Amino acid sequence: MAYILIFITAIFVNNIVLSQFLGICPFLGVSKKISTSIGMGAAVTFVLTLSTVVTYLIQKLVLDPNNLQYLQTLAFILVIAALVQMIEIILKKISPALYQALGIFLPLITTNCCVLGVAILVIQKDFTLLTSVVYAFSTAIGFALALVIFAGIREQLALVNIPKGMRGMSIVLVTAGLLSLAFMGFSGVDSGLKVLFGLN
Amino acid sequence: MNYIKILNNGLVKENPTFVLLLGMCPTLATTSSAMNGLSMGLATCFVLICSNFVISCIKNITPDMVRIPVFVVVIASFVTVLQMLMQAYTPVIYATLGIYIPLIVVNCIILGRAEAFACKNGPIESTFDGIGIGLGFTMALTILGGVREIFGTGRLFGCTLFPDSYGMLIFILAPGAFITLGYLIAIVNKLKRA
Repeated sequence: MAYILIFITAIFVNNIVLSQFLGICPFLGVSKKISTSIGMGAAVTFVLTLSTVVTYLIQKLVLDPNNLQYLQTLAFILVIAALVQMIEIILKKISPALYQALGIFLPLITTNCCVLGVAILVIQKDFTLLTSVVYAFSTAIGFALALVIFAGIREQLALVNIPKGMRGMSIVLVTAGLLSLAFMGFSGVDSGLKVLFGLN
Repeated sequence: MNYIKILNNGLVKENPTFVLLLGMCPTLATTSSAMNGLSMGLATCFVLICSNFVISCIKNITPDMVRIPVFVVVIASFVTVLQMLMQAYTPVIYATLGIYIPLIVVNCIILGRAEAFACKNGPIESTFDGIGIGLGFTMALTILGGVREIFGTGRLFGCTLFPDSYGMLIFILAPGAFITLGYLIAIVNKLKRA
């Protein structure tokens, strides 16, 4: 039950993009079309879950025993960059079809701050390995959901007449604000679920 | 190259937030008040100036193939230095900004300036570019934080301008960040055309 709670909280209540502001760049950059946003969402889900497992193990098995916590940022970013490269090479070999679908998004993910952000967050929150994996996966699903919804809105937005000064990024940001406002409606759902599951 | 021109370029012509639209995550996340925006801007400024200087110094001995990883390591090292300094001297600000301090590593402004400016120009020009872009970012964050703080709580830098109860909470919350930045960019667009 606790895992279902984490799942729902990470997707709706504390959505990584709309309430924690991580991964804004791809959210604004790759949300022009629904098809590309689905590809990006899938790629992020894949990389985020995997990289969280790897960085978690690095922290617990390498950095903590040797008192090297101050190298966290440096180690994590290098591991993530290397991991993305490796995933790209492996995918190319074993599953060209998947590579075709996710390929162009993979290099972009290295500088996606939600990957490094989640890796650091699970360490800060002192999660266990299993909880971290569930948290990372649900966060990524939340990212993908926000991205796809936003792409749908932007496809419609392309058809309307927008005042001159608001064209471009301006209207996109205001729209993102309204979407974020809509997601605020979920706040409080987590505490309600806690009562429902009897987790207090 | 003219140093004043480089500074002006970063502050106005290529302002990272209002014109280039880079580094959106810290821009939106840490600007719930003018003070938070200012401290985040200065923290980024520090890393940007140091990394621009070092990258410009080592640009000739860095093989082109491993350029990006080398830059990232340089940036990450300075972020670690900054983390330690802030933990020691400004623990309150460090706690408020939280996860967004280590995330300066993946701020696209810093890697972007390394690629676009520091690896083509000398150390002194690059330092000035770092100061210009860094201050431009700081200015944008302070303005955004200031607007959100005034409308949200009726205060500016903690000084009360009008009573708290007239404040609109939504400006402090997440949606307020998106909407305020959207309208500020619209205003900048309008001024640019005029």
